[in-house]
Amino acid sequence: MSARKPLLEVEHLVMRFGGLVAVADLSLTAYQREITAIIGPNGAGKTTVFNCLTGFYKPTSGRLSLHHPDAIYLLEQMEGFRIASQAGVARTFQNIRLFPGMTALENLIVAQHNRLMRASGFSVAGLLGLPVYRNAERAAVDKARHWLQRVGLEERADWEAGNLPYGAQRRLEIARAMCTDPILLCLDEPAAGLNPRESAELNALLLSIRDEAGIGIMLIEHDMSVVMGISDHVIVLDYGRKIADGTPDEVRRDPNVIKAYLGEEETEELPPEVAADIPELRE
Amino acid sequence: MEYFVQQLINGLTLGAIYGLIAIGYTMVYGIIGMINFAHGEIYMIGAFVSIIGFLVMGLAGITWVPLALLIVLVCTMVVTALYGWTVERLAYRPLRGSFRLAPLISAIGMSIFLQNYVQLTQGARVKPLQPIVTGVLPLFTSPGGFTVQISYLQIFIILLTVVLMAVFTYMIAATPLGRSQRACQQDLGMAALVGVDVDRTISLTFVTGAALAAVAGFMVTLYYGVIDFYIGFLAGIKAFTAAVLGGIGSLPGAMLGGLLIGLIEAFFSGYFSVEYKDVAVFIMLVLVLIFLPTGLLGRPEVEKV
Amino acid sequence: MAAIAETATSRLQLGPIFRDAVLAALVALVLSGPIMGLQTADASGGQGLVLNFRPAWVLWTVGVVFVGRLLLGFWWAHRAGRAVETPRALKALGAFLARIETPLGYAGVGFAIALPFLWFADRYVIDVATTVLIYVMLGWGLNVVVGLAGLLDLGYVAFYAVGAYSFALLAHHFQFTFWEALPLAGAFAAFFGIVLGFPVLRLRGDYLAIVTLGFGEIIRIVLINWWHVTGGPNGISNIPRPSFFGMPFQRNAPEGVTTFHQFFGLEFSPEHRIIFLYFVILALALITNLFTLRLRRLPIGRAWEALREDEIACRALGINPTNTKLSAFAIGAMLGGFAGAFFATRQGFISPESFTFIESAIILAIVVLGGMGSQTGVVLAALVLVTLPEFGRQFAEFRMLLFGAAMVAIMVWRPRGLLAYREPSIRLHRKGSGA
Repeated sequence: MSARKPLLEVEHLVMRFGGLVAVADLSLTAYQREITAIIGPNGAGKTTVFNCLTGFYKPTSGRLSLHHPDAIYLLEQMEGFRIASQAGVARTFQNIRLFPGMTALENLIVAQHNRLMRASGFSVAGLLGLPVYRNAERAAVDKARHWLQRVGLEERADWEAGNLPYGAQRRLEIARAMCTDPILLCLDEPAAGLNPRESAELNALLLSIRDEAGIGIMLIEHDMSVVMGISDHVIVLDYGRKIADGTPDEVRRDPNVIKAYLGEEETEELPPEVAADIPELRE
Repeated sequence: MEYFVQQLINGLTLGAIYGLIAIGYTMVYGIIGMINFAHGEIYMIGAFVSIIGFLVMGLAGITWVPLALLIVLVCTMVVTALYGWTVERLAYRPLRGSFRLAPLISAIGMSIFLQNYVQLTQGARVKPLQPIVTGVLPLFTSPGGFTVQISYLQIFIILLTVVLMAVFTYMIAATPLGRSQRACQQDLGMAALVGVDVDRTISLTFVTGAALAAVAGFMVTLYYGVIDFYIGFLAGIKAFTAAVLGGIGSLPGAMLGGLLIGLIEAFFSGYFSVEYKDVAVFIMLVLVLIFLPTGLLGRPEVEKV
Repeated sequence: MAAIAETATSRLQLGPIFRDAVLAALVALVLSGPIMGLQTADASGGQGLVLNFRPAWVLWTVGVVFVGRLLLGFWWAHRAGRAVETPRALKALGAFLARIETPLGYAGVGFAIALPFLWFADRYVIDVATTVLIYVMLGWGLNVVVGLAGLLDLGYVAFYAVGAYSFALLAHHFQFTFWEALPLAGAFAAFFGIVLGFPVLRLRGDYLAIVTLGFGEIIRIVLINWWHVTGGPNGISNIPRPSFFGMPFQRNAPEGVTTFHQFFGLEFSPEHRIIFLYFVILALALITNLFTLRLRRLPIGRAWEALREDEIACRALGINPTNTKLSAFAIGAMLGGFAGAFFATRQGFISPESFTFIESAIILAIVVLGGMGSQTGVVLAALVLVTLPEFGRQFAEFRMLLFGAAMVAIMVWRPRGLLAYREPSIRLHRKGSGA
């Protein structure tokens, strides 16, 4: 592996909800052109980390610095939508959030909103039908077509997104995130609910995104075939803390991880609020 | 100073009425997360049922005031609560899980319907009622000759509100219904999983809220002595403001917010301008939404992503 | 009470259906007993109220509810045995209507232009048609806010009032003509929309509904009480009428001014102005329609729809939700302001009475019943809503009652509009080809 360039550095991230500590002093680094997987039992705080990264939660404390080619962005200080539009962090959601009443193509066009908005002269040029806007729209459609082809949905471009099969919706959501031209793509359980064939296709898609687009990918996943198959780097969380960090092989052999997944199996089932109340389970 | 105390008494009376309506908003919002726009109309229907009730008492020859008050109050609560139940059953329950605007639009449709229903059946004219509870209790007279007084009616309204609040608090804290209600407020899906009859709990929430609004309507009929089919509109906005000010979803908050709104309205009318008292309440709503969106006693809402 | 739950089973069971109907009739009895059965009326002579007894009303209500519930029960039981899917048929009808919408639209516009010259078009018909068009324009304006952006604005009439009063005041104090004041009226209304929307649009959607509801009422209170500016309850009269390129519609023009009929060498007729006003609102409405249709196909329009579908996803895509909502809100307000200025010039007189909550409710009803987001639906709903009272007093009285009930029914039955068909704003493949 050539010199790894850090893309995202998380330092001492803490997220508290009232008395519940969802993420406790987490530090991690994600690198450019790498797939970083975050795994851990249910309620380990994985999605909370994503929500902090993408501005849906304001972290209680900690620093999230993103190394964008233009500048270093401190994500914890940015408004949610600017994290996507300026810093170039795109995400998908655990329970798919497409625009179900709009077509697949429209979903991808909406993702290019900010660029199109500027090209349409904040609607003035667009209303007048000036060529500058028409060209921009054509380019946006081309990009959308490219991603529809990549995820195998070109045929169904004019379907309402809500009418697509489940696996197609998952792929469309990734395509939509890619249409924002991100430098960091955060995927929340992209393989959930996919059958083995779809899961394998997803692996290929993610690897090609990493290699061709040259961007960093972070993913939360329970499906170990996906995690171990494509990740360059795995981080294991348990009760909001990092218990392991390394290559898939290192992590697989880590005794803490084995304990978290096998040794304390019954605690996995406990909701974090309950677990947090029982001191023996916390550490 | 004397004037201040007088406005304080007036404001508390008004606040008791708003608080009772506000509880209906806050309970419904707490459980199913929607603004029940028709709640103001439920209160208006309560006022109409009580005025009709008093007229029936007159015809039936029941002239002993405490008995008449009791009968009318109970009948008003029963009939109005049934209105609340029916509204939920017809206009809201079929919409659970529908798209975001559907319950709001349905509620607004219901509100328009009820307003016009009462206008058509009862007429658009203002309905006057002769004072039933009369007499005042002079508290003290200032050197300037201004007498601060509290009417027996005001005492009755404030006492009735306190009693109702005590009963209601007990109900939420200690009865199975209250437990189900609190469970549904925490998490509707989870409550259903552990065996709470969610439909029944929501129905009963509307019934309770409507019964309390009915009491408010009963009080306002006695207090002002005039009602019309349009009173639910402004009272609804004010009571909603009270619920937001107190922290929507919080029951003590609704009562506190109601009292504060009543006081703001009384003092604003007393010291600044009667014409703009409604504007003052509305500006209060906007200010609270901007600077204190969780209200005085509300809990911050964590967005589920 | 829990007995009135869905008891639709595959087998026709008479018992439960009958029991439900009896229960429903009992509920109806308690509900209608006091409110319908006992009418409060002013006592003749002295003060106070008397009660009129109307048992027939109660009996009718109870009977209708009983029979209705019985039939509904049978129908549910019948349907449960078959699992009929009607929405598909309706959706196909919607798609068909969408296909013929363009020719239909042209035909409609052609008819609207020809209307004043048709044999039955007297002053009354043109007046009603003008009113219909005002509501069509308001409906299209509110459609941007409610139908596209999914923001519930319950005080739309406030912007209508702002537009009307802006023009009236500009004309009164600064001798603005209608055409000079029109853009300003729209700008003022948009400004009010931004001022009101900015603090509220960051919050949950339902708060906007109640704040706009309050705002509509506040505007009215201010108009009534700020009498030295607004004329209070008496309103403002002698608002100038629009001119045709500077030519007024008057019998006798002041010195040096050519009137419309002089210029065209026509006999003076007061109907000229009525017809001209009709064409002005037709033009304004058509411009509104083209404008909003165009916006829908621009990034801003797609962002509005996306926001209606899922605000969280919008934020994750870098769309500024507040600004996007604000733009919808301001554009809706601006269109309302234009309509308000037209209303003022048409009436020649405005007062706060024209801007009550009922007006907001009517406009919202037009949008909802027309099927949110549908331009044609708005026209149909406006036509029904405005012309219904013209058929007789009973229709006028029952209009809002029926429309309130219809709003609930539509939300319960078909919340996405009667026909639930949405034409994509852009396509990759030609319509009807392959997929």
